[in-house]
Amino acid sequence: MRGSQLSTKHVLGIKYLTESDIRLIFETAENFKEVINRPIKKVPSLRDVTVANLFFENSTRTRLSFELAEKRLSADVVNFSASSSSVKKGETLLDTVNNILSMKVDMVVMRHPAPGAAYFLSQHIDANIINAGDGTHEHPTQALLDAYSMREQVGDLAGKKIAIFGDILHSRVALSNIFCLHKLGAKVRVCGPPTLIPKHIEKLGVSVSYSVAETMAWCDVANLLRIQLERQDIKFFPSIREYAQYFGINQDIINKTGKKIVIMHPGPINRGVEISSEVADSSDSIILQQVENGVAIRMAILYLLAAKR
Amino acid sequence: MKKGRTILDKERFSLTIERLCHQLIERYDNFEDTCLVGIQTSGVVMTNRILTGLQKILNIKNIQSGNLDITFYRDDFRIREKPLQASKTSINFDLENKKVILVDDVLYTGRTIQAAMSALQDHGRPSQVEMLTLVDRRFNRHLPIRADYVGITVDSIDEAYVQVEWAEEKGVDKVLLFGSKREK
Repeated sequence: MRGSQLSTKHVLGIKYLTESDIRLIFETAENFKEVINRPIKKVPSLRDVTVANLFFENSTRTRLSFELAEKRLSADVVNFSASSSSVKKGETLLDTVNNILSMKVDMVVMRHPAPGAAYFLSQHIDANIINAGDGTHEHPTQALLDAYSMREQVGDLAGKKIAIFGDILHSRVALSNIFCLHKLGAKVRVCGPPTLIPKHIEKLGVSVSYSVAETMAWCDVANLLRIQLERQDIKFFPSIREYAQYFGINQDIINKTGKKIVIMHPGPINRGVEISSEVADSSDSIILQQVENGVAIRMAILYLLAAKR
Repeated sequence: MKKGRTILDKERFSLTIERLCHQLIERYDNFEDTCLVGIQTSGVVMTNRILTGLQKILNIKNIQSGNLDITFYRDDFRIREKPLQASKTSINFDLENKKVILVDDVLYTGRTIQAAMSALQDHGRPSQVEMLTLVDRRFNRHLPIRADYVGITVDSIDEAYVQVEWAEEKGVDKVLLFGSKREK
């Protein structure tokens, strides 16, 4: 029988989770999905837990999703965003977090622009840490909700073909997705302009393609990523228009494959760039289901980490 | 090697279930606005058994029932050594103004029932809640909770362990009493 607890005290990245951790999170999320579809969407499990959401980088979806997950588990929640804090006054990350922990906080959800920030924190403080995105490194909760949503559509992922399109170079979602999908036995292919695909990415066991049409014909599920202009200090492609023309997904491309492809996007979507409005709003797109599942997945992670203490 | 003593064998087990069904009928007549809610996991098996019994006696099919998982409502969730794994809750109807019969196999400390009652609240406000149990260990309660319908009463010391075995899971219906949980 599978264990009923996680092998780790923190969720820093998919890299640090085992396959059975992932499956346990999915099973638990299943139960929470039932909870959030009730008229009264709340359980008292975490009533003695205080969670701090530390967002050193902008976020709408992830932050709301975490906050809702925490509140639906009855945890006490404190929020912090870097733009309105003492970080601007020169305080170090560790000092900021230690100050917050002195106020008796049990868990920390953190998003930070520096890769490895969550791991660094886990080496120095006692609270459970959940990585909500660290620079271009990992975004484990997004990868888990992506894989969970894929499973709902196509069943067990072993042997399934998943393509990730777009800005792989700057994407923590891509990296976490690759780790997570591999642990679940799926085949992964990345597709985008050569400048946005990291060199040697094949070493992670993924295949690489520069042709959207070819990749679409290959895959069962297409996960489209946003072009992260805020992380690009040089030009990786000539223009947004050109990108949209060569790598944007529209209905014609899907129709040409002659099969049903599940369309996913972690959001925020740029309509008319990586995805056309028609595709984003079509019945093949599960973008909004992903958001719903996000709350259930985050509830499962918070719950399982709280049980671990 | 099992050292448990059988305190309810197959024949008496089925008589007891039948008696519980009759007691319910005495109180609820044709089960209008009434539903059975089994507590995961053994309470669910018990609920199905009671339902089958009721349907046989009354010859009606539409008695409402649901399964309730109380894992997320337990008060010992963060002090247990081993975390519990949740099961499925499926109550596909509104409990608002319904008469609810909570069903579990063993009533011991009462904490499960306390959790179940807070869980029920999240599905609406029942007009009345009653409790049915196969085994009532009446001297080991931690909370002021009692059952309205009792299969058998077991008066035992705290260390003792009562195990209900169901034909669906173990092949034969019986209730066993062990000197302690380790003996199981």
